[in-house]
Amino acid sequence: MKSPLNLSRAFLLKLKLRSHPKLLCVVRGAMEPLMEMLGFSESECRAIIRAVDEALSNIMRHSYHGRLDQVIDVSCTPVQRRAHAETGQGVEILILDCGPAIDLAKLHGRSLHEIRPGGLGLHLIRDTMDSVEYTRTGRFNRLRMVKYAQPSKRGPNP
Amino acid sequence: MSNSLEIRKALLGEIREAKKSRVVLNLTDVRYIDSSGVASLVEGLKASRELGSRFVLFGLSASAREVLKISRLLKLFEIYDDEEQAMSA
Repeated sequence: MKSPLNLSRAFLLKLKLRSHPKLLCVVRGAMEPLMEMLGFSESECRAIIRAVDEALSNIMRHSYHGRLDQVIDVSCTPVQRRAHAETGQGVEILILDCGPAIDLAKLHGRSLHEIRPGGLGLHLIRDTMDSVEYTRTGRFNRLRMVKYAQPSKRGPNP
Repeated sequence: MSNSLEIRKALLGEIREAKKSRVVLNLTDVRYIDSSGVASLVEGLKASRELGSRFVLFGLSASAREVLKISRLLKLFEIYDDEEQAMSA
C-alpha cells in the first residue's frame, strides 16, 4: 500500500470553474494525481474522478441548464475515519453551485433493470462514495462526498 | 459530456445510413467515458438492433469497462480486446 500523506485537516485543493463541459477534463486531470497522493488505489482514483465528473456534469446540465458562464466550486480536504473500530484516511469533496434549490425528492437514479440511455450519473456517484449528502446553504446547493481508502490486503514486508 | 452530443449524432448517423450488418466501434483512444457517453452507446446498440445489425466494441479502457459494469450494461455489449478479434468474430 502506498504511504498516504500525513496531512492536517486543511483543504488540499480548491477549484473555481465556469460551467463549461470542456473544463471537466481539467478537473479530472487535477484531481487524479491528488487522489493518488492521498493513497487511493488506481481503481479507487478512477472511481472518485468519475463521481466528481458526474456530479459536475449534473450541475452543468440540471442546475445551470447548459449555461456556460456560471460558477462551480470544488474543494478537497483530507479526512480521517474513526468509527466502529475502523480507522483510515479519506477525502471529503465539496461541490457548490448557485443554481435553484434542488428538489431532494427527485434525486434518485433510475432502475438499472431498465436498459435505456440516461439516468446513470447518480448511480455512479453513490456506487463509489462512502457518503453523499445534498444540502442547501444560503443560496448554494452543496454536495458533500466522502471516500475512504481501502486498506491494502498485503501484509508488511518481511 | 463535452463531446457526447457530437459522438451520438455521428454514431447514430453511421448506423442508420450505412445499414451494415455489423458496426464496429474502436474505443482504443477513448481515455474517459461518462454516463452520457454510455447513454450514446446504449442508443447505438438499440439503433443497431432495430436494423438487425451487430454492434461491436473493442479497445475499452479499464475505466470504460468499470462504468459499463456498474451500470449493469457490460454483458449487453459485444466487446473484444482489439480490432483483429472484433473483425474476425
